[in-house]
Amino acid sequence: MPDTPTAPDSRKALLEVDDVTIRFGGVSALDSVSFDIKQGEILGLIGPNGAGKTTCFNVMTGVYQATSGQIRFDGKPLAKMKRYRITKLGIARTFQNIRLFKSMTALENVLVGADAQSKVGMFNALFRTPLHRRTEAESVEEAYRLLEFVGVGGKADELAENLSYGDQRRLEIARAMATKPKLLCLDEPAAGFNPAEKKRLMELIRKVRDDGYTVLLIEHDMRLVMGVTDRVVVLEFGRKIAEGSPAEIRDNPAVIAAYLGVDEEDAS
Amino acid sequence: MSTTAPASARSSRGLGRPLQVQLPPFLRSRSARFLMVALGILVAYALPLLQPPFITTPASDFGGVMVTAGSYALVAVGLNIVIGYAGLLDLGYVGFYATGAYTTGVLTSQHAHWPFFLVLPLALVVTTVSGLLLGAPAIRVRGDYLAIVTLGFGEIITQVAKNTPWLGKAAGIKNIPPPPSIGPDEIGTDQDGIFQIPHLSWNGLVPSIDDAHKTPFLTFGVLDAIPYYWLILTIIIVVLIADILIKDSRVGRAWEATREDEDAAELMGVPTFRYKLLAFATGAAIGGVAGSMLAAGQGGFISPDVFPLQLSMLFVAAVLIGGAGNRWGALAGGVLVAYLPERFRTLSDWRLLIFGLSLMVIVTFRPQGILPPRRTRRALRAQAEIEEIEGDTVDA
Repeated sequence: MPDTPTAPDSRKALLEVDDVTIRFGGVSALDSVSFDIKQGEILGLIGPNGAGKTTCFNVMTGVYQATSGQIRFDGKPLAKMKRYRITKLGIARTFQNIRLFKSMTALENVLVGADAQSKVGMFNALFRTPLHRRTEAESVEEAYRLLEFVGVGGKADELAENLSYGDQRRLEIARAMATKPKLLCLDEPAAGFNPAEKKRLMELIRKVRDDGYTVLLIEHDMRLVMGVTDRVVVLEFGRKIAEGSPAEIRDNPAVIAAYLGVDEEDAS
Repeated sequence: MSTTAPASARSSRGLGRPLQVQLPPFLRSRSARFLMVALGILVAYALPLLQPPFITTPASDFGGVMVTAGSYALVAVGLNIVIGYAGLLDLGYVGFYATGAYTTGVLTSQHAHWPFFLVLPLALVVTTVSGLLLGAPAIRVRGDYLAIVTLGFGEIITQVAKNTPWLGKAAGIKNIPPPPSIGPDEIGTDQDGIFQIPHLSWNGLVPSIDDAHKTPFLTFGVLDAIPYYWLILTIIIVVLIADILIKDSRVGRAWEATREDEDAAELMGVPTFRYKLLAFATGAAIGGVAGSMLAAGQGGFISPDVFPLQLSMLFVAAVLIGGAGNRWGALAGGVLVAYLPERFRTLSDWRLLIFGLSLMVIVTFRPQGILPPRRTRRALRAQAEIEEIEGDTVDA
């Protein structure tokens, strides 16, 4: 778990995206993008549809390999690292289109996340060693705490597919948090939410940050991003066009031109 | 058999859930449940001795049918780990069954004369290794492709056996010794075994003790199949306990998560390749044990014809009919596919039609299987666990 936040500028970078380019065939999904995420902050990653936000997530979590450039997490380069190792190292994510384990209960979904840091294998399970018992008990306790934390505490034994849409989104956050990440990446967690739900989600994200996590937030909803983030990085057509505090971003002409100024596109 | 079968069985699994009933009050206490389990096990062991009317097979030796049923049930429980838990469609499972059988045949009769209980664990090791060797490349492909690769494996094994002089070619391996008997073992005398257990015979619904038919304890001979059944039932129980312990752990959750969404599982820290390989090898090992016992069975004979590819399909059918993902369902499915054709043997050729029809009826009206996975039960256990933890913290 990261340290409690100190003065913003003295924080060290937890994740450094260094001149990353990804090409699919001839198309550059990301073009020399650089930014970093400081420990304990909420960084917003915004941009119009197709700007490369989710691609950026995917390269950070090992789903894609960067064509060039480097991503360092806690000082370690992530290139060629297996996806589950990256998770173990401390980057966890949610998905833009919900990807829970549908026929498992909410509790079990979170337990799968908690297992990421577990050292128990087949042998320990088969012989019910003290290590297995202890790990299992701790995981279950932690899982219930996380379910409570995100607000689906009463639904631990429901199958994930039977939860309401909003609860499924919250469950995804709990599952990601269970992997004990240093960096929590939320991919459009408010997609499909009504204003009241969005407000509750903003509170939850702040609560997550106050708990000591660093958060990277991809979001479409400008009000949510402006309300909750410490800093914002703006992408357009795979390039970074701006970076700064929410207030600076709001007044940045390039951003307004690319994103904020066009109501129709914003709505899409 | 198409790969959509397990997927559809899975997606409609929810249908089975409303059928879950609350345990009746007399079963809620721990000791009552223990007693019921003990009673169930006792009945399972005694079944071929009891020869209950309607259940017994009129045209075949009931003990022999029970051995086959046990063998298929064990195979189905093993295959359930691969198909039901990890979601890997393995159409070549008969390959592992054959590998276990041939390992036993070669080491106890063909090329060496090692005792069965030394060879059984060796067969397990050999099939585990063959599972790893096949799995490591095969598991990299998904879904339909995996089914084709495993299908090929099942066929390769029988072809290799058919063409290798060292494995007896098409004639197979004969005179495989049975497991060692305990107590005297002389055919035709009444003094076999440590003691002898009389069977029941039924006149309508009236049972009487049949002193003419006795099963020696524990003689593995050619006359009585029941001791073989006891051995296989014992192994099934051990495997089921292991299955329960593994499923209810990180390993079982990893399998399930991988089956549900492989990429999401990987991103939640599950080394999916490793766990899929583990499921594949564990399933192979159980298939190998079943094969080993088949080789050292009453007939003491195996040949490539004993392991047709069709048997793989039957095994997959057993798992799907029983309920992929539920060990008790797989167990029931295995018993059913072995038992049904024998039960209706008196109807001669019609029996296979009845068998096929009953499979179709089951799949049509209960696509999720006879016993679909019960998730509520696990949820209740998790609840009990957390109560236990909370109790502990109060104590401390």
